[in-house]
Amino acid sequence: MNHFEVFGLERRLGIDAEALQRRFYELSRRYHPDFHAYATPTEQAEALAASARLNAAYRTLRDPIARIDYLVRLEEGRETKEGATDKPKAPPELLAEMFEIQEALAEAKAGGLDETTRRTLTEQRERLLARHAEEEARLIGPLSAVWDGAAPDRRPALLAAFKQALATRAYLRTVIDDLGQALGEGDEIVAHHRH
Amino acid sequence: MTSGRRWVRETRLSRIIGIDLGTTNSLVAYVDDATGLPRVIPDGEGRKLLPSVVAFAPEGILVGEAARRQLVRRPHSTVYSVKRFMGRDYEDVKDELRYFPFAIRPADGIVKLDVGGREVTPPEVSAVVLKSLKERAEAHFKEPVEKAVVTVPAYFNDSQRQATRDAGRIAGLDVVRIVNEPTAAALAYGLHRLSEGVIAVYDLGGGTFDISILRVKDGIFEVLATNGNTHLGGDDFDRVIMLWLLEDIQCRHHAEIVRSGLDLARDAEAMQELRLAAEAAKIRLSTEERTRLTIPFAGFTYRTEITRADVERLIEPLVARTLEPCRRALADAGLRREQIDQVVLVGGSTRVPLVRRRVEELFGRTPHSHLDPDEVVALGAAVQARILAGGITDMLLLDVTPLSLGIETLGGIVSILIPRNTTIPTSAREMFTTSVDGQTVVDMHVVQGERELAKDCRSLARFELRGIDPMPAGMPKIEVTFLIDANGILQVAAREQRTGKATSIEVKPTYGLAEADVERMVEESFQYAEADVSARLLIEARNEADTVLTHVRRALSQGGHLVGEDERRGIASALEALERARAGQDRDLIRDATTALNHATEHLAELMMDAALKGALSSKRAAEIMESS
Repeated sequence: MNHFEVFGLERRLGIDAEALQRRFYELSRRYHPDFHAYATPTEQAEALAASARLNAAYRTLRDPIARIDYLVRLEEGRETKEGATDKPKAPPELLAEMFEIQEALAEAKAGGLDETTRRTLTEQRERLLARHAEEEARLIGPLSAVWDGAAPDRRPALLAAFKQALATRAYLRTVIDDLGQALGEGDEIVAHHRH
Repeated sequence: MTSGRRWVRETRLSRIIGIDLGTTNSLVAYVDDATGLPRVIPDGEGRKLLPSVVAFAPEGILVGEAARRQLVRRPHSTVYSVKRFMGRDYEDVKDELRYFPFAIRPADGIVKLDVGGREVTPPEVSAVVLKSLKERAEAHFKEPVEKAVVTVPAYFNDSQRQATRDAGRIAGLDVVRIVNEPTAAALAYGLHRLSEGVIAVYDLGGGTFDISILRVKDGIFEVLATNGNTHLGGDDFDRVIMLWLLEDIQCRHHAEIVRSGLDLARDAEAMQELRLAAEAAKIRLSTEERTRLTIPFAGFTYRTEITRADVERLIEPLVARTLEPCRRALADAGLRREQIDQVVLVGGSTRVPLVRRRVEELFGRTPHSHLDPDEVVALGAAVQARILAGGITDMLLLDVTPLSLGIETLGGIVSILIPRNTTIPTSAREMFTTSVDGQTVVDMHVVQGERELAKDCRSLARFELRGIDPMPAGMPKIEVTFLIDANGILQVAAREQRTGKATSIEVKPTYGLAEADVERMVEESFQYAEADVSARLLIEARNEADTVLTHVRRALSQGGHLVGEDERRGIASALEALERARAGQDRDLIRDATTALNHATEHLAELMMDAALKGALSSKRAAEIMESS
């Protein structure tokens, strides 16, 4: 049973968050092991498995990005994770800039940060955060909407687009984290996007 | 699955107790059938808190108040704050060992304590506390009790949870559920008509700190995020106060210390006395602005006055360390502080005014604590026990796993399978294969933590997948399922996909007790149980008599002149009566004689108190005169 089926949903990316939560609570009441403490061992095991499946499904579907990532794997028949799915890739238009950042990062690691480099890196980090947010908005907004309305023959192309956007986003995340570390900042700003 | 529910309704509700196994104190509670409300079960003398202290005395094992009284007299064989060592490796705790007077040493992924000529593990010590609570409940219900819900800090990892469950088994209790302390507290508040919304539970106990953020809606208590520190609590407050006092003593009584040759910092009795004095002062300063301390040492008596401001200055950095986990929990929940509707305080250390102030500042609202912060966790455990017994059906707790679970991949990098703050139970599947032709065994290393490298995370276990059919490298497809159950404890299963054959797994837990160890401890524990209960009560009565006798002898020699001849003779004869009773075997006689002696000395004690106060005042005045001159 895949995550969409657990909730009785079609394989669509547009999901009403409130309805999903309501359904999650309903199903939790049905499956949670707390309510099966005196069932037979077989029934208890079933409840545990069903509850674990439900929680995993909810965790994935409530997060729009995790939802897309999952859908891509599902469509490609890789429901069980097998190492890293897509190698993080640098967005082509940012390649030159990335090269500069990596260089500045290496310098910072080797000899500490002077004020100018710190300012440059902070600015670059801001820009990458904006780019990261943009990539997420594109994934959650237009790309998801197009997928839900697309004819089956359009899907392979869309999947490729999803994969590319996800890889770009993953790459940006890594660089943003590296920059944050070099600047001595926490990862709180993006912490809740993690999945 | 629905048939299970029906079966419950047809049978009598099973008796499950709720236990808060605390660093400093432990409690047992149940939900009253008549009122539907949770209640703490007191001991025979009406005390609700059982000090989590176990003394391995020559006469036998003492627990609770009786053991607490041994702390100063027998520091090397009286174990306290053992929760700090549950599920811990020597490496985790070695830095703080010098503060403990009992011997702690490394032992194959865990620590062992050498106390009173015995070698015990932390779960065995906790088992003594659990057993005492079990007996307390049995005395209350007048029937055997075998099942319990036991609480742990939310930030406890897998090993610490396993150790807690082992402790239950050793105590003869089936731990039907491990519940997180802050969530248990939320359940207790929930019964008291907690309004719906988002609540933050700030739980600062004797040795651990947790923050949990929950959404309460339609009877569902959904934990959104949790964070904490399993090595931060009131014990640490006591320690900084104690070290500050020690410095002051060594400075002000330098001459006496040199003369007596006393090495205060290495004297277990003296340090224990100092620690207890620091704890008592901290507690008094939660309600008072200043307090006096008088601590007798061999050769001199240390007297000082400390203020709340002194203590606040000392503990400020520790309190500050609780704020970062709160911010992280908020970030993980994807919430801003304005979105928190209520803040609840749990744990004895939240009585400290500075803690309340800092929490209020952080969340920008007045926290509430209308349920006793010492009792609320046990009450919540009782509510969860009731839910499991089928007695409450409209409430459901959905908790999370506090730490990310991952496996070590090439280069020692962690690949996360289940991220922190995932609702439990939950599972994740991962595909494994072979890297060499004909390979039949695959190794996995499972870790828990937030760091990128496996070596910086907590190693949970190494698994060996065995019995893989010999095939070319990369051909076998072994699907491994990692399941975290509702207790927050990991289970692993593996299956070869091609053949559908279950692969056998050999688990080598990095920390903790092997199954055989637990079995042996369960057996040994029954041997303790056979030791006569009345023998233990006799020991307790004698210990109490000893304490009173020592006090009275000292009082007579120091303040005997304050009372008349008749009164002095009366005290002397009560004292002799107690000495005679103590030599005998009759526990009730000892108790009565102790009470009688206490009664006979009440007046003397009052007079001495007055004299001491006057003395203190006059010496203070003298000090003021000297300062102004």
